[in-house]
Amino acid sequence: MMLDSKIPQGPLEQKWTNYKKTAKLVNPANRKKLDVIVVGTGLAGSSIAASLGEMGYNVKSFCFQDSPRRAHSVAGQGGVNAAKNYKNDGDSVYRMFVDTLKGGDFRAREANVYRMAECSLNLIDQAVAQGVPFGREYGGYLNNRSFGGVQVSRTFYARGQTGQQLLLGAYQALMRQVGKKTIELFSRHEMLDLVVIDGKARGVIVRNLDTGEIERHAAHAVVLATGGYGKIYYLSTLAMGCNGSAIWRAHKKGALMASPSWIQVHPTSLPQSGDYQSKLTLMSESLRNDGRIWVPSKENETRAANDIPENERDYYLERRYPAFGNLAPRDISSRAAKERIDAGFGIGPLKNAVYLDFSKAIKEQGKEKIQEKYGNLFDMYLKITGYDAYQEPMMISPSAHFSMGGLWVDYELMTTIPGLFALGEANFADHGANRLGANSLLQASVDGYFIAPYTIANYLSNEIHTGKISTEDPAFEKAENAVKQQVENLININGTKTVDHYHKTLGKLLYDYCGLARNEKGLKYAIQEIQKLKAEFYRNVKVSGQGNSMNTELEKAGRVADYFEIGELMCYDALTRNESCGAHFREEYQTPDGEALRNDNEFQFISAWAWTGENKEPELIKEPLVFEEVQPTVRSYK
Amino acid sequence: MDLHLKIWRQKDGKTKGKLVNYDLKELNSHMSFLEMLDTLNEKLITEGEEPVEFDHDCREGICGQCGMMINGLAHGPLKNTTTCQLHLRSFKDGETIVIEPFRAEAFPIKRDLKVDRSAFDRIISSGGFVSINTGQAPDATAIAVTHQTAEEAFDSAACIGCGACVATCKNASAALFTSAKITHMVLLPQGKEERSKRVIDMVKQMDSELFGHCSNTEACEVECPQGISVLNIARMNYEYSRALFFGKK
Ligand SMILES: Cc1cc2nc3c(=O)[nH]c(=O)nc-3n(C[C@H](O)[C@H](O)[C@H](O)COP(=O)(O)OP(=O)(O)OC[C@H]3O[C@@H](n4cnc5c(N)ncnc54)[C@H](O)[C@@H]3O)c2cc1C
Ligand code: SF4
Ligand code: FES
Repeated sequence: MMLDSKIPQGPLEQKWTNYKKTAKLVNPANRKKLDVIVVGTGLAGSSIAASLGEMGYNVKSFCFQDSPRRAHSVAGQGGVNAAKNYKNDGDSVYRMFVDTLKGGDFRAREANVYRMAECSLNLIDQAVAQGVPFGREYGGYLNNRSFGGVQVSRTFYARGQTGQQLLLGAYQALMRQVGKKTIELFSRHEMLDLVVIDGKARGVIVRNLDTGEIERHAAHAVVLATGGYGKIYYLSTLAMGCNGSAIWRAHKKGALMASPSWIQVHPTSLPQSGDYQSKLTLMSESLRNDGRIWVPSKENETRAANDIPENERDYYLERRYPAFGNLAPRDISSRAAKERIDAGFGIGPLKNAVYLDFSKAIKEQGKEKIQEKYGNLFDMYLKITGYDAYQEPMMISPSAHFSMGGLWVDYELMTTIPGLFALGEANFADHGANRLGANSLLQASVDGYFIAPYTIANYLSNEIHTGKISTEDPAFEKAENAVKQQVENLININGTKTVDHYHKTLGKLLYDYCGLARNEKGLKYAIQEIQKLKAEFYRNVKVSGQGNSMNTELEKAGRVADYFEIGELMCYDALTRNESCGAHFREEYQTPDGEALRNDNEFQFISAWAWTGENKEPELIKEPLVFEEVQPTVRSYK
Repeated sequence: MDLHLKIWRQKDGKTKGKLVNYDLKELNSHMSFLEMLDTLNEKLITEGEEPVEFDHDCREGICGQCGMMINGLAHGPLKNTTTCQLHLRSFKDGETIVIEPFRAEAFPIKRDLKVDRSAFDRIISSGGFVSINTGQAPDATAIAVTHQTAEEAFDSAACIGCGACVATCKNASAALFTSAKITHMVLLPQGKEERSKRVIDMVKQMDSELFGHCSNTEACEVECPQGISVLNIARMNYEYSRALFFGKK
């Protein structure tokens, strides 16, 4: 199979304009004849559903939460990037493009990245018009700050709850259309399969999570905006329900998965405190603007943080990366923390954390200023840990956070299944091998507000004469039966171990062998172990309750079943990349001083994977990356 | 630590429910309240019983999905704290904890601790937005908003839609939730155009959803995890009267 990325002709700055100029349109009168399914109501899903609803298409919107407003975008904390250059510090679309490409370790498509930077300008306008109360200067103009990995201030924020406010804007736009009846909303519905007819995406099978009923929904195009699958590690910064099921089921129906092993580990989450723990809470990255990261310079230190004198503290990020220091990009900061922890310098009861210290900032700026900037985060820290971070440094540790991988999409955000689009974190798009902070709220939003409305219309323009898609088609029946069969299977196993047990075991395995660091031996071992674990799951999992009623255990079981297969693919993906780049650190490929060693000669491509069948090795398909504008350089933050 | 739990079990909206006793031993006080329920559920599942259904997702106090009455208090004993942010260190060893769903006619029980809060979505749908289409917004700097105003709007916009205000109110009023959105919008220049229509439509929708009237007991503010102020309700009342007086302009 040859992958066509459909990058438009012309110079980089003109590509998106040229695309929009030539994209086909659908006459307003014809839009009524076209149905679109949007799965997911995060920033990507709400914004595309609202956009398409406004344009006059018939939209059905699905999410598994009880309200679309609770999609996980709500958790975005630190901010959203836009190259507005309000600070006059030399920012521009081009600079943001270069930063992002470089930040992603030159493993993203130039044209996509440029487009994201270009559209970033409009996002701030859109959000402000919707009433998002971004931080403002005293004079009334928008304020922004700098964020991990870049040297200009381009991050806009709404306290530490930027995602919440952006999502409320998108949700309100969605609900406005629901009120106008251009969108039909199905919350508490989970997509369990994609229906493909004559090679095109034509609908979905969903389970009504309140009643257990299995439903068929047909459409001319299907949009997956189902977020990331970082929860595969069990312990992560993600919400409990985050999953990879929708994209995985689409993958099994023919959509390629790209870069599945690139999962960002965030350096500033709260450490694990016990094995009952269900998630790791993120402390916003913005804290690194004022907090200094250190560990004791003596191994197995037992003194309390405040008792350790200045000259016995190792500010390892400032030491190793003087140019960026505490603001070094996430992959680098996370790995540096793991390196210190593994070397025996970790702190806290489980010796699995490092300090994030505000004492200097408090001394210099005053407690009040720090309180204004980060007050809610300090409150949250107190609530969760019981410690007061104004008095003593916070304890933080790395945690799985964001999946750069996802469904492979072309420039139009269309997968390899015609009519199936993937938006936001569900696609693999613009972040390369590492995501810069504050770029993913952006990506999810611009996908939905500004990009997909054009590209989906371009696709739908050929569907005007198709007529209604019938849910009586045999493809629907087949997919529905398969879903029902799976539900029944899971209920009937009736073994002895809980779903969470399997999820935790899988998560630990992946963290150890396909986490912050990987090597060939470990990955091969993990593949075998995952296969064994999966087999045991199907023999011995216990899912209580019935299939035909509300049943959270059953929901979780379905997601974990998919996680086994995604986890296995992650390991294959990591195994075939004999280089280190971004979130992917192969221990065999590092410089003498422990930095990632990229191999552009052999690995300047995107790994896209095809499903070849149950228990079969997946097939790797390469999309070469061509850089016309910026020549790959070694990322150095020294 | 050890805990005795009395948890509301109810099969569905039609079946009668009751409190059921459960004992948990040797819990870690650093555990969150929901992790304690996870632990209970693990136990129930291995013993062949059906686990307790409860709503939650982000587990970091921001999605608004969790929420239950804990010893008669919405989201439990701590001020400005969601259930997921509550930890066992807030309870005593050997304590008995009564756990019930948020109760209100407008929030029908679905099962155990899960309730249907879609009435909130319908209130938003009736007018809780700025009528701007996507894709063609004017430049964000065109209209200045003072720092003070943006922060005030944020205070109201911070509502997470959890429903604790309704559950804790003796009238099951949704005034705090609705007024928070109205205030958020009316404070900002972008939301001013539709202020009259918005408040009339949203209040009308709120009333039609079987929420009770606000009788100023101010219990809602006390239980609200986001510390949304009852001054929002005063603002809503003002906006409502203003709208009636000046018409839908
Ligand atoms: C704690 C945290 C903090 C973050 N902070 C920032 C930040 O400061 N800046 C930044 O840029 N990014 C941040 N991110 C990342 C960013 O929030 C996400 O990448 C982004 O919001 C993803 O948006 P989305 O629309 O793609 O998906 P989501 O918002 O995750 O939405 C997924 C949607 O899909 C639905 N769904 C999923 N599966 C199914 C299914 N099978 N059936 C039906 N519905 C389904 C869900 O119900 C939900 O509606 C943060 C992430 C986390 C976890
Ligand atoms: S006003 Fe407070 S209590 Fe009521 S829904 Fe909003 S956050 Fe919850
Ligand atoms: S689970 Fe999201 S607020 Fe508690």
